[in-house]
This record gives sequence, structure tokens and C-alpha cells, in this order.
Amino acid sequence: MFDLSAQLSQRFAALQSRAQFYSLRYVRQTSQHLCVRKNVAEPPHLSSDEGAMLTVRLNGVEAYAATRDLSQRGLQAALEQAEQHASRLAPHALLDLSDQPVATARADYLSPHLNDAFAPLADCIALLMSESNAVPKDERLVNWQVSLGLENVEQIYLNNAGAQIRRAQRFVYPGMTVTAFDGSDSQTRSLGRDNFGQQGGAEVISNCGLVGSAAQVADQALQLIMAPNTPNGPRDLLLMPDQMILQIHESIGHPLELDRILGDERNYAGTSFVKASDFGHLQYGSELLNVTFDPEIPEQLASYSHDDDGTPASKQFLIRNGLLERPLGGALSQFRADMPGVANSRASNWNRPPIDRMANLNIEPGDESLEQLIGGIEHGVLMSTNRSWSIDDARNKFQFGCEWGQLIENGELKGVVKNPNYRAISAQFWKNLSAVGDASTFKVLGTPNCGKGEPNQVIRVGHASPACVFKQVDVFGGDA
Amino acid sequence: MSHQQQFQALVETLKAAIDGQERFTLAYNAEESDFIRFNHAKVRQVGHVQQASVTLKLIDDERHADVQLTLCGEGEVDAQRLIDALQQLRSTLTLLTKDPYLKPNTEAWQNSNVQDVPLPDSQHVVEQIARLAQGLDLVGFYAAGPLYRGFASSWGALGWHQANSFNFDWSLFHENGQAVKANYAGHEWSDAAFAQRFALAREQLEFLGKPLKTLAPGQYRAYLAPAAMDEIIGMLSWGGFSAQSLATKTSPLQRLYSGDAQLSPLVSIDEQVSGSLSPAFSGEGYPRKDLALIMNGQGREQLVGSASAAEYGLQANGAEPWESPSSLSMAAGSLALEQILQKLGTGLYIGNLWYLNYSDQSAARLTGMTRFATFWVEDGKIQAPVSTMRFDDSVYSLLGSALEELTADRELILSTNTYSQRQTASSHLPGALISKLTLTL
Repeated sequence: MFDLSAQLSQRFAALQSRAQFYSLRYVRQTSQHLCVRKNVAEPPHLSSDEGAMLTVRLNGVEAYAATRDLSQRGLQAALEQAEQHASRLAPHALLDLSDQPVATARADYLSPHLNDAFAPLADCIALLMSESNAVPKDERLVNWQVSLGLENVEQIYLNNAGAQIRRAQRFVYPGMTVTAFDGSDSQTRSLGRDNFGQQGGAEVISNCGLVGSAAQVADQALQLIMAPNTPNGPRDLLLMPDQMILQIHESIGHPLELDRILGDERNYAGTSFVKASDFGHLQYGSELLNVTFDPEIPEQLASYSHDDDGTPASKQFLIRNGLLERPLGGALSQFRADMPGVANSRASNWNRPPIDRMANLNIEPGDESLEQLIGGIEHGVLMSTNRSWSIDDARNKFQFGCEWGQLIENGELKGVVKNPNYRAISAQFWKNLSAVGDASTFKVLGTPNCGKGEPNQVIRVGHASPACVFKQVDVFGGDA
Repeated sequence: MSHQQQFQALVETLKAAIDGQERFTLAYNAEESDFIRFNHAKVRQVGHVQQASVTLKLIDDERHADVQLTLCGEGEVDAQRLIDALQQLRSTLTLLTKDPYLKPNTEAWQNSNVQDVPLPDSQHVVEQIARLAQGLDLVGFYAAGPLYRGFASSWGALGWHQANSFNFDWSLFHENGQAVKANYAGHEWSDAAFAQRFALAREQLEFLGKPLKTLAPGQYRAYLAPAAMDEIIGMLSWGGFSAQSLATKTSPLQRLYSGDAQLSPLVSIDEQVSGSLSPAFSGEGYPRKDLALIMNGQGREQLVGSASAAEYGLQANGAEPWESPSSLSMAAGSLALEQILQKLGTGLYIGNLWYLNYSDQSAARLTGMTRFATFWVEDGKIQAPVSTMRFDDSVYSLLGSALEELTADRELILSTNTYSQRQTASSHLPGALISKLTLTL
């Protein structure tokens, strides 16, 4: 672990720069992706990647250069390239960062169980094959696959103010999908995959519930192709955690990103319906809504001690009792907007610069069991597992779809419905939050696939949530 | 040493290192990129990225695995990394069973394409942008530099693709929050051509100053500009033409390819590799072919990667394993640009769409948002910008029963995608006049 740390520190110390501030962020990632599809093992995909980003601040202007060449000469060349950019484009720079404070911390952060060896590759393939073989024989089941992704990431951040922040993490992504086809319509049911990932070791596979799940996942795919479409019209909506994470992500997370509010993302990811002046004033949701930035749940995907600019991370309420308190803005955005934020300046890799990202963005549990949530609904629908997402560039008008739906009538779960979709407007939707599940309904989930930024970056984000009920939401089904 | 020389040296290293019955493929990816972000017509973030990697696939006795490896640029170090990776793959292969879907291309093809037209100096570009954007709220992104792609196999295949390119993608915002989107991309930067493109965007911006019109949900006539069409076609490209998706019944165009549904006879879509900006060979080592994916509204050829070819008894045609088009070309129609508003009459002129996804994938029913330069038109005249609206409609309507005409002029849209690396995908698309588009929210 941190094999290159001493050598990097030496090389960093030997760098020559005319910049007032400069930093180095080294990242090494190794990964392994395994998949068994219809009882045939696909070839393993492995990767090994490393490089470093040098960032300089010269007369208040920041610039970066990312290099694959980690030799003394390579790092020096990158540093000089960054200096050249900062110098040449200074007359056109938007920001003067001369007075922005810099990180000075020294810390190490490790994923839980990092020192426990992960199962060997052969055992992993055997596990996937076993689950694949457990999918029942039924000619309507036309496709299924079981997968396991594993990523080991080391990052070392150094700067000329003395900071040294090291991070070693392991991310695990188990998953399964089964597709059923009736000659006209197809329906897919999944477990894990894009809706699940955690830091840690082999226990993450158990946390996902992958082992022994094939029969149930397949059965639910078959139930879906026989099910009627979700009815159209307003109903109470019970969202399970594996859909809540998408709901939080798209209609709370993105609109609260401070760089969007400052306009940086207007050409690509978009803007926000939230204004800087709304913090401390806007009633974002009902009084049941409590949203936190929480880097302290060890297994969650984006738990860490410091972000990629070296800012120390701690749990913060963004929305408390429905009132908007704080944006998702890292040190640079906080400096620009002159408001407090969180430690969420993050980069997807060594070749992309840190920007404001979601990290772990969670909804705090309430006090109702799942039975109580269902029991409180007279005319509603339960939806689970995201499969479709679309929202406007200000993160307001949205339409989301799930894999699994079940009607709720007079406080009881009824029949399965397919193609469950709903649409609403963020600024109103969260005010309809009428019940929040307790800790027994709370799940720690996340996705490795959040895209944003120019140049584009895809990053891991963690979301944890209880099941939640929303009053009178416009739900509808499909055409098939 | 040049990138091509580095690649060739690694190929020779591998050839010397493999044992009797081992076979390999080696794909090379590299770029040197300037990235400049703009906000409020100023430089928000500037940087340079240089990266290079290879993907080594080792095949032995019908077993195979691959590893992607970053290269540092120092010959000896990279050669050692490659040898270490080879050993890692050898160990891995002993744990695997034979892959029934392994179908490498064993032909010794050769292909080379080098385009090294000099790129403009980034400082010059920034000065041009600053000059034209004076007094405007511009936000955008400039990416430029050389891209390198290589492929070699132990069967003697050797491909090299090298191209310099730039892509400036930007928006001009009106103070009311409305915006127009524009793009200037290619190989040869021209100050005059850029100024002309900029002036067009500036002209559109003036229309956005009128009071916003808010529409009620319902059905409207609409014109979809090529950039909006690109979003729809891009969504269909996500598995739509894939041999595996079609075989596993997850393609959104399942009913088109099974013959249970059809699009308008006006719709013909090709994967047009020849003359495109992307490499003529795939990362799997198959030469890419021109393909007629949809002809006169009916599903025809599929995109077939090597594993699909083996599994479904098809011919591999140069698709990547994910089987999406990357040089898509849609046939033009006959609608002249100057007739668009008149033919639209009363309805929506939609410049761009945004964030599409499926409401019902089996039925190819899509939802998404209007974004950038969407106008309400009455009697052939632009009346007002329209507040953001959601549509929800089937492709079999949009490009089927409701499609009236396609434009005679098409727009070449170069991908602005920079996830992991700058992409070389493109689409060549007309605009479309639609008799009804369903708005829902």
C-alpha cells in the first residue's frame, strides 16, 4: 500500500516552480470485471492505470497538467506546462484565487477490511457461475447475467504548503439481471448493478444479497411480463431505497451543486432551479425531509477523510426539517460564492480536475416501519429499482421509471404492475413527502456512474435512504 | 519517440515474448489534449492532459482475457509493464474455461491514416473567443489536440489512425436564462468560419429576448433541428442496432427488426465508416464496414461484434463489443431550410433536446426535455421562446406515422464526449418536420 509514496514525496520536493502554490495528485487504479452470461463465463477484463495531475496557482490563476510520466523529468515538465497555461491565459481568467486558503492536512484513509484479501479470481467466477446456473429453466427467460466488479484505488495528494493526504480504497460492485420475453414484450429485473456498490471486501457481496437470489430475480421478471401496465393518474407513491437513491441524486443532489448554481455547467450538465440566495430560506420539502452530506459511513461509496483538494470532510445537514441550509460546494466554490459548503471537490481520475460532485448524499431515517408506510396508503403504488431517468437542465421537471411496481389498496400490497413511471416537479415533489421509513428500511447504496463536467467525468457517488411515501403523484405505465 | 514508434516497439516486444500457441491482440489509445472551460466569457479552468494506454488480449487454447495498461512513455519501463501484464494474463488463463464465443480476426490486414494538419494555438483561440464574446454571457468548452489509435495482432494485422482535431462547444445565455447552443469543430481552424458560426448563434440569441411562452401539455406540430435529432438517434443507438440486444430481446428497436413495426419510408440510417473521422478498424481488430441499419423505414443490418458473431452465427462487421454506431448517417429529405418555418406553420421549432430516456423501451417510447433555442412559431413566423417542456412519444410516431419531411441539408455533428478520452464518433443528420409531438409536463 502506498508503495510509491516515499518516491513521490522526494520527487515533489525536488520540483522547481515559480508558482505561489502547486500540488500533485497521484492516482493508481487497478480493476477486475467478471461476468457470466447464460452460464458462459465472459473473458475477464483487467486494468492497471496510474498518473498524476500537477496543479499550479500563479498570480492567482490556476491551471493543471496531467501526465502519465511519473519520472522527475515528467513531473517537472507537467508542472511547467501548467505554469505556461496559467501565465498565457491570465488576461482572460475568470477567477483570482490569490487569497483562497490551501490545504495543510496530513492524513491516511483506508476502506474497511482493506487488509483482508479478496476472494481469488477463480472463486469469484465460480460464485457467478453458481448463481447463473441457479436461474430456473424457462424458455421465456431469454437472457441473464451475473457480474462482479472490483476496483482498488490509491490516491496521494501533496502540496507545497505541506499537505500529504493518502487514500487507499476498494470498491465492490456485484449484480445480476434477468430478462423475460413473451413474444412481444420484454421485462428485465435486476439486483445490484448500477444501483449498488460499496467500499470493503467480500462482505459487500452479502450486503448486496446476490448469493441465492437468482430464483427470486427470475421469478420477478416472469411476473412482470404477465403483469398489467401501471395505471395512469394521481396516486400515493411508495419509493423503495433503490429508487430513492435516484430521486435524491437527480432532484436534490444535482440542483444543490454550487458550481451549477455559479453557472460553470450551463453548457453541459445544466443549471439549477435553486439560487444562491435560497440557502437558509427555501422550504425545499416537507418537515420530514432531512438530507445530509455524510462521508462517515465506512462502507458507503464516497466515504473519505478529505476531498481531492485536501479539505477535511465531515457530516453536514444540507436540508433540515425541509429547510435548505447548505449547498454541495467544495473549497473553491465556497470561496467564489462566499458561503459554507462541504468537502466535495472530487475528480474521477488523475487526468481530470476536481469539481463539485455529489459524494455521499443521504436521507436520514424517520420513524415508520415498511408495514406502517404501506398501511398508511389508501390508493397507491410501490415502485422499486430505477431503470429510467430524465430531468430538465435546471433539475426541476423530472420523469423516472422503475423495474418493479405493486399496487397498494386500503393499506395492503396488491398485484404486480409493469412499466411503473412517475413524473413531477422537484420544487413541489419534496413538499409531498408524507412519511419516512425507519432504520429498518434504510439501505446504503450508490452508483459508479454519475456523469458531469467538461472535460467529462464519471464518478462514484453513495446514496443511503429509507423507503419514503409521497402524496398524490402522477403515475403511469407503458404502451406494451 | 513518436506514438507510432512506441506502439510498434511494444508490438515487437510482444511478438518476441509469446510462446508457441499463444496469440495476442494489442490496441493502442493515446491523446494530448488542451482543455479550456469558459464561464461568463472568461476562462474558468484550463489544463493539458497527456495519456496513453494499451489493451492487451492474450489467447491460448480458446481461453482469453484482457488487460488495459497505462503507458508512461519510457520504452523500457513500458516494455516491462507489458511483459508483466502478459504474465498476469497467463496466470489468469489457467483459471478459465474455453470461451465458445471467441472469434478473433485472423486476417493480416493493414491500414494507416495519418492526418496532421496543424492545430491553432490555444491562446489564439481564446483571444478569438474573447473578442467575439465581448458583452455576452458565454459558457463553453474547448478541447483540442492529437488523437492516436493503433491495433496489432499476432496474425499480422496492423492499423494506425492519427488525427488532429478541435471541438469548441458553447452556449450564449440571455439575461432571462434562455440560451442558444453552438459548436465549431474540425481539423482546420478558420477565424472567418468561426466568426460566421458565432454570428449565427448571436442572431438566434436576439429571439430569446421576447417574453417566454408557456405551453400546456398536449400535441403540437414540431420541427426537430439536427441537434435534437441527434439526441433521439443517440438514444436509439444505445442497444438499438446491437446484435446481442436484438438476440436477447432488450433492443428498443426489437419490433422494427422483427418486422412487427416500421418507421416512415423516409427513414434510412447507415453506419457510414468510409469518409468518417473515426478509425477504419475496431478495437477488436476487425475492419469496420459501411452498413445499412435502416432502409426506407425497415430494419436491415445489425452491428455485430466478434462475440455476437460467434454466439449467433453472424458475420462480424467491425462493431465494438458494445455494438453502437459511431459514424451514423441518416439520409436527407427534400425540405429546404428556408421552407422549414412555412411548412411548420404553427408549432414548435426545437433546437435541442436533452436527457432522453425510455418510458417504455419495448415500445421505443421516449421521454426527454426541450433545451436551448426552442421557439413557438405561428403562421411560419417565430413568436417567442418556449419554457422548458417534457415530451413523451414513441419513435414509431416521431420517425414513423408523424414524420412529414426531412431536410435536404444535413448537419455533421462531431461528438463532444470526453469521458475517459476524447471520442471520435460523429453523426450526419437532417432536421425533421413532425405532425405531432406529445408534451406531458
